[in-house]
Amino acid sequence: MKLTGSEILIECLKREGVDTVFGYPGGVVLGLYDHLHQQNDIRHILTRHEQGALHMAEGYARSTGKVGTAIVTSGPGATNTITGLWDALMDSVPLVVITGQVPTNLIGNDAFQEADIIGTTISCTKYNFLVKRVEDLARTIKEAYYIASTGRPGPVLIDLPKDVTFATTEFSYPEDVHLRSYNPTVKGNKGQIKKAATAIRKAKRPVLYTGGGVVISNAGKALRTLAKKLRCPVTNTLMGLGGFSGSDPSFLGMLGMHGTYKANMAMYDSDLVIAVGVRFDDRVTGKVDEFVPNAKIIHVDIDPTSIRKNIHVDIPIVGDVSSVLADLIAELDKAEGPLFDPAEREKWEAQIAAHEAEHPLGYTQSSETIKPQFVLEKLYELTRGNAIVSTDVGQHQMFTALYYKFEDGRKWLTSGGLGTMGYGFPAALGAQAAFPGERVITISGDGSIQMNIQELATAVINELPVKVIILNNHYLGMVRQWQQLFYKENYSQSYLASTPDFVKLAEAYGAVGLRATKPEEVEGVLLEALRVNQPVIVDIQVDPSENVYPMVPAGMANHQMVFSDPDDAHPVPVPDRNDKKQPAKTSVKASAEPRG
Amino acid sequence: MIHILSLKVENRAGALSRIAGLFSARGFNIDSLTVAPTDDPTVSSMTIVTHGDDAVIEQITKQLNKLIDVIKVVDTEGREYVNRETALVKIHTAARDRAEALRIVDIFRARVVDSSPTSYTVEVTGDSGKIDAMIGLLRPLGIKELVRTGKVAVARERGGSGKS
Ligand SMILES: Cc1ncc(C[n+]2csc(CCOP(=O)(O)OP(=O)(O)O)c2C)c(N)n1
Ligand SMILES: [Mg+2]
Repeated sequence: MKLTGSEILIECLKREGVDTVFGYPGGVVLGLYDHLHQQNDIRHILTRHEQGALHMAEGYARSTGKVGTAIVTSGPGATNTITGLWDALMDSVPLVVITGQVPTNLIGNDAFQEADIIGTTISCTKYNFLVKRVEDLARTIKEAYYIASTGRPGPVLIDLPKDVTFATTEFSYPEDVHLRSYNPTVKGNKGQIKKAATAIRKAKRPVLYTGGGVVISNAGKALRTLAKKLRCPVTNTLMGLGGFSGSDPSFLGMLGMHGTYKANMAMYDSDLVIAVGVRFDDRVTGKVDEFVPNAKIIHVDIDPTSIRKNIHVDIPIVGDVSSVLADLIAELDKAEGPLFDPAEREKWEAQIAAHEAEHPLGYTQSSETIKPQFVLEKLYELTRGNAIVSTDVGQHQMFTALYYKFEDGRKWLTSGGLGTMGYGFPAALGAQAAFPGERVITISGDGSIQMNIQELATAVINELPVKVIILNNHYLGMVRQWQQLFYKENYSQSYLASTPDFVKLAEAYGAVGLRATKPEEVEGVLLEALRVNQPVIVDIQVDPSENVYPMVPAGMANHQMVFSDPDDAHPVPVPDRNDKKQPAKTSVKASAEPRG
Repeated sequence: MIHILSLKVENRAGALSRIAGLFSARGFNIDSLTVAPTDDPTVSSMTIVTHGDDAVIEQITKQLNKLIDVIKVVDTEGREYVNRETALVKIHTAARDRAEALRIVDIFRARVVDSSPTSYTVEVTGDSGKIDAMIGLLRPLGIKELVRTGKVAVARERGGSGKS
C-alpha cells in the first residue's frame, strides 16, 4: 500500500514503540500534524517553546530508558532545539528530533524559514539525516532510533523537507539495521577484565568512581554486587547519582568541585580507582595531576574516546557497563581465596571515616532565615527519597546533589555536561508524562525557572502535576558566590530582585502557588505541594548569603577544598524588596585574585 | 610527530564536513587532507596528514572512528605503507635558466607538462621529501605557482617490494 511521508513517519514511530512526542507545529510540518491529529496511538504534547520540547523529551528518555522524540518546524523551530541537542549530546541522552525543512527544490535558496540545520547540528548530534526521497524515510527513521539508543546514546536529528511528507511510496518497515561503519563494542576484552580482576585483588584502598554510564546501562544492581563483594566505597559523579544507593553506608557522596571531602580524599588516598561509566570531567578531577596521585586506574566505558582523553589509564576496558561488570564479577568469583584482606579494609574505612570527621557535610541552621540545605533535607524526609527529582543549574542544583539521597538514577534528572539553566522544569514534565503516577519534583532557582517558565501552561493543560520548588535567593546564586569569592564581592549583574511574584504567576497560569518565608513554614508548604494533584510552584525565600560548600576553587586540586566563607566576607546585600536596581558595589576588600 | 591516517568513509553528503569539523572543534591539526573515490562508489578514501604527540594521535584516531560515516581508520605509522604526493610547479624560466630547469626535472624524474617561452610547468610525483627537495632546487629559478595534491597512501601487500 502506498503511504505519504507523514503516514510513514507516524507508522514508523509506532513500530519503534513511541507513545509520546513533544513538539510544536509550523508551516512545513502542517501535513505531518494533520496526520498526527487523525490517530490516537501517539500522544503529542504541545509545549510552549521548542527548547521545552527537547528537555521534555530528555526527561522522558532519562526516566524511562527509552528514546525521547520531538517534532518541530523548520527555521526558528529548528534553531530553538540547539540547546537541547547539545544538552543531550553532553549527557548521552537518546533523542530523535524531527525538524521540518523547506521543500527540497527550495533548499539552499534562503527560502522563508530555511535554516541549514544539518550544517548547524553536525557538532551537536550523534548523527543527522536529511531525507530527500520519501523512499528513504522508513529506513532513516529505523537507523535514527538505532543510532540514538545504542552505544553511547545521543541525539539524532532527521531533517524532513515538506514535499517529502506529502510524497507517497510503497511502505515497508525495515526489520533490522546494519551499519557497516557503526558497531559499538558491548563486551569487554577478556584479557583486560582479567588484568582488572588481578589489580582489584591486590588493592588495599580501592574506590569505585561511577557515573551516568551506570544509570544508562541499568547497571545499578551489578555495581551494588561488586561494591559489596569487594567491600569497596563508592563515589558518584553528578550524573551518576542514584546509580548507587545514596543512603548506603559505603556511599561517599558526590566527588569533584562541590563533592564531599571524604569522597575527594578517598580518591586522593586510593591505590586503585575503578572508574565505571565516567569521563573524568574537569569538574570532577580538579587539577588532574593531583586527582588520584597514588592510584592505578581501571576505566570501563562504552565510548573509547572517553578513555585516556583527560587522564592516563592503566587498564582501559571498552564495553557496555552492565556487560563488563557482569564479566568482571564472574572473573573475581573464579579466584580462590579472599578478594581482600579484611584488616586492610578496616584500616581503609577508618581512614575515610577520619576524613569525614574532619570535615563532615553540613551547614549552620538558622531560626530566622530558611537555609536551602534544610529545605532539601526536609524534602528528602517527606518523600523518603521516593520521587523523581530534577534540577536546574546553580547553587540549588549542588545543594540537591549533596543533600537529597538518591536511590535510583532514573529518578534523578539534571543537566550535567552543559549545565543548562531551564532544563529542570521541562525535563520533569517529560518524566511526568511518562509516569503519571509518580511524584515528580523540580528544584529550581529564581533565575533558572524563568528560562522555561512558559511550560507552566504545558503542565496545566496536560495535567502534569509537577511540583516546582524554587529556592529563591534573589540572585543568580552560583554567579554571586563566585563573585563573592573570586571577584572581590563585586556583584555585577547577578541580582534578580523580587520579580516576578511566583505565587501570582502560578495562579495566572492556573497552577497552585505557595510561599514560605520562615523556617517553620517549610514543612507545611512542602506537604501541601505534595498533597495537591496539580502543578504547583513553591516560592521558598532562602538565605541569599548561603554558599555551596565544600568547594574546590577553580584551578586547585581536589584535596584543597574550602569549607566556609572567608572570615572577612560581608553579608550579601539584599536591597529592599521593591528596589529593582543592581546593588551598589560593596566596599572592596583586598581579596585574592580569581584562581584559574 | 607527523602521522598519516588512511580512512575509508561512507560516500555521503556531509561526511567531509563532519571530519573537518571534528578537527577544528577539538583543536586537532590538519596538515593535508585528500578525498578521492574508490572502486566502490559508496566508499571514499581519505588521507589525512596530521601531527601531535601520541596521546593526541590516539584521540584523533578514536574520535574519527566514533564518527558514524567513518568505516575504517588506519594510522600508517609503523606499518608498511606507500604514500605519494603529486605537485605541479610553474617556474619562470629566463633563457639562461631553461637548461638548468630541465636538469632538475630530470634528476627527480619529473616531467614538463606545459611550456611557454618564459615558463615551464613541471609535474612531480613521489614522497613529500622528494617533492620538497625538488621545490628547493627550483625555487631560485623563480616559482610562479605551486599546487600540491596532499598525500595519498595505501598499505603494502605482504611480500611486496619497492621503494617507499
Ligand atoms: C543558560 C545558562 N545561562 C547561564 C548560565 C550560567 N549560570 C550558571 S549558574 C547561574 C545562576 C543560576 O541562578 P538561579 O537559577 O537563581 O540558581 P541559584 O544559583 O541562585 O540557586 C548562571 C547564570 C547557565 N548555566 N546556563
Ligand atoms: Mg537564585
